[in-house]
Amino acid sequence: MSLEDTRANAQQQWQALQDSDKPVILVGTATCGRAAGALEVLDVFRDELPRRGIDATIVEVGCLGLCYVEPLVCITKPPRPGICYTNVTPKKAVALIEGYLVNDDCQAGMALGVLGDQGLEGIAPLLETPVFKHQVRRTLARCGVIDPSNFDHYLAHDGYAGLTKALKVGPEQVIEEVKNSGLRGRGGAGFPTWRKWQLCREAPGDEKYLVCNADEGDPGAFMNRSLLEGDPHALLEGMLIAGYAIGAETSYIYCRAEYPLALERVRMAIDQAKQHGLLGEDILGSGFNFHIKVKEGAGAFVCGEETALIASIEGERGMPRSRPPFPAVAGLWQKPTIINNVETLAGVALILQHGADWFAEYGTEQSKGTKTFALVGQVKNTGLVEVPMGTTLRKMIFDIGGGVLGDKPFKAVQTGGPSGGCIPASLLDTPVDYDSLAAAGSIMGSGGMVVMDEDTCMVDFARYFLDFAQKESCGKCVPCRLGTKQLLDILTDITQGKGTTEDIDLLVELGEAIKMGSLCGLGQTAPNPVLTTIRYFRDEYEAHVIDKRCPSGTCRALTQFVIVPETCTGCGLCRAACPVEAILGEKKATHEIIDERCTRCGACREACPFGAVTVAEAKQDKQLSG
Amino acid sequence: MEERLSSILSSYEGKREELIPILQQIQGEFGYLPEQAMLEIARFARVPESSVYAIATFYTQFRFTPIGKKHVMVCRGTACYVRGASRVLETVEELLGIKEGETTEDMEYSLETVACIGACGLSPCIMINKKVEAKMTRKRLTDVLGKGEAAEA
Ligand SMILES: Cc1cc2nc3c(=O)[nH]c(=O)nc-3n(C[C@H](O)[C@H](O)[C@H](O)COP(=O)(O)O)c2cc1C
Ligand code: FES
Repeated sequence: MSLEDTRANAQQQWQALQDSDKPVILVGTATCGRAAGALEVLDVFRDELPRRGIDATIVEVGCLGLCYVEPLVCITKPPRPGICYTNVTPKKAVALIEGYLVNDDCQAGMALGVLGDQGLEGIAPLLETPVFKHQVRRTLARCGVIDPSNFDHYLAHDGYAGLTKALKVGPEQVIEEVKNSGLRGRGGAGFPTWRKWQLCREAPGDEKYLVCNADEGDPGAFMNRSLLEGDPHALLEGMLIAGYAIGAETSYIYCRAEYPLALERVRMAIDQAKQHGLLGEDILGSGFNFHIKVKEGAGAFVCGEETALIASIEGERGMPRSRPPFPAVAGLWQKPTIINNVETLAGVALILQHGADWFAEYGTEQSKGTKTFALVGQVKNTGLVEVPMGTTLRKMIFDIGGGVLGDKPFKAVQTGGPSGGCIPASLLDTPVDYDSLAAAGSIMGSGGMVVMDEDTCMVDFARYFLDFAQKESCGKCVPCRLGTKQLLDILTDITQGKGTTEDIDLLVELGEAIKMGSLCGLGQTAPNPVLTTIRYFRDEYEAHVIDKRCPSGTCRALTQFVIVPETCTGCGLCRAACPVEAILGEKKATHEIIDERCTRCGACREACPFGAVTVAEAKQDKQLSG
Repeated sequence: MEERLSSILSSYEGKREELIPILQQIQGEFGYLPEQAMLEIARFARVPESSVYAIATFYTQFRFTPIGKKHVMVCRGTACYVRGASRVLETVEELLGIKEGETTEDMEYSLETVACIGACGLSPCIMINKKVEAKMTRKRLTDVLGKGEAAEA
């Protein structure tokens, strides 16, 4: 059967599923759904429906990106359109079965939104909800909608149409199309994809390689994971097109071992593609041969850097080397090699499916298309979002993200992971694109976006990143190996109250030197978190070194917690939360912290619903005794 | 052990690029990299033992001591960090009575940290034998670690 016949079949089946008069139940079972208990919910549907004699179709789907309300279940019971339910526990699943499937009351109270553009019984259309309204979901269009383990589902949604087109127009035209789209690398540096490809294609030799960088080393980011779990064929299609364009027959997916489900889905997709003649020899009768091998990373951040990644695939220690020569000319086993991020490659598939103009409809002059972001930290609606390039930080954090958790004041947002920087409230109107973020001292990175409220200490946060960088430094070059250690030591001193004003200047001087002198991107960007926090939050550094006080109450040596008597209701929650029994107080009477016992863990502050636990204005010498 | 080792090795050709996958599979089988395995791998791949150690010590995934039945990994990623991962680690250390990198004497629990689990939207997270547990609080930790009030410290 030809691919187009299989597609026609797949589309028919998909349509049949949509038109079916049986209820269809979608359960999101990607890693985040599972972490919130989706598998237990799935079990309830699997057990209860047959037990009650309800004939329904259950489909496991990827992630819609709404981490904050996982587990998510979408029920379509004809004639009503699909309704999306949030925070579904096993108990709520039973309520949905009884209430909706048996008794036909659609349980509007549990619903987030309804599919399609009409509201229903007071439930808003899903795409009109604030979380979705400002998004343009293209890369993520299939995530949470199709069953990622079902090849036909991908095929029914334009799947492999981009490959078919590529094989028809030829490699040069593919590169031209990618050039016209303006696609820039989604892995961090934002290098124009077509230019790398062109370089590789023109490099001498017949043996070339393609590598998909699925190492996703930025801690706090999971865009690639979601895509691999929710729509793995999109990556394979992008890789096939890229391999064809650059003239590679062999390729690798380098994926971190911490993503077991993503690895499983990718391996399954590869098997399916082989069965359908989309991987192997003479693909779709074009004479093009292509193979994909999966390599599991072994837990080294630096291996996300392309030359280190190459060393790692070759079976060496993952240490970067200086460039040039660029991998596009001499990479894996010294052969021309292209390394692209998962999202870049998925974008390539979209560009070939829908055309360069379609892709470039969104975005800014220099940053075309849409981009996915992991919106996390102290923000209400945590999750995975996709917006046009150029969307402002404010729109992302406040409109889509719903603002800061607990409506606390916004302090900063960190973009770009350990290589990026912290952007303060005054720059919330910065458009998110490669150049604007760079101008603010940060970087786009791969799409991590960590929101912080006033309780985060910026000095400690910088120390956190330096601790990370210092541990992950491969040790090959001195500026990075020793420099990051020195930065860390100075920052640790400051957080422990041993810092001086000169230390702040020293951090800047040293940071600039490390940026200039390091061999690879790790060292060249490692000082960014320090430099940006000093640039935007110098007063906080000064409070640490001059007043010996940590305004946010994070640094334990510089913090003293007190309970404001006027605000305390005597509810006792703080006393219950304290792991060291440092809080005394009768029920309904003002509570008190015994300073000598207090370890400054902050559990009481978090537990207090009234905000009565605060950081003392100045360190009180007099012991607060109980 | 020898039999298991040679059956694993027999599925490889002994090429340099296979070293990391071999180490990964052996660790998957034994839970750690036994000394004898390191020797066998070196022989099999015809490289000095030091080369095998050079790789195994570079990557954080590899370890040289056995781990407990429950492998607890606390995420120290950014999203978890700003939502209290340090306290999660402290609490786990307290509940299990071991520090990061250690294993309980009865070989029940091992405790490690990990750069990110990828469930950052549900932070802070931990992972126990590949199962991700989200939105950790002291109470949730006590539950998932099976360390109720009755359990010994
Ligand atoms: C220390 C370091 C870590 C990196 N980690 C990743 C990563 O996890 N994933 C990724 O796609 N790119 C990462 N990069 C960027 C890659 O080196 C490379 O630029 C990218 O994979 C190229 O793909 P793209 O052009 O499609 O963006 C990292 C770079 C550095 C310096
Ligand atoms: S930061 Fe903890 S799961 Fe990603």
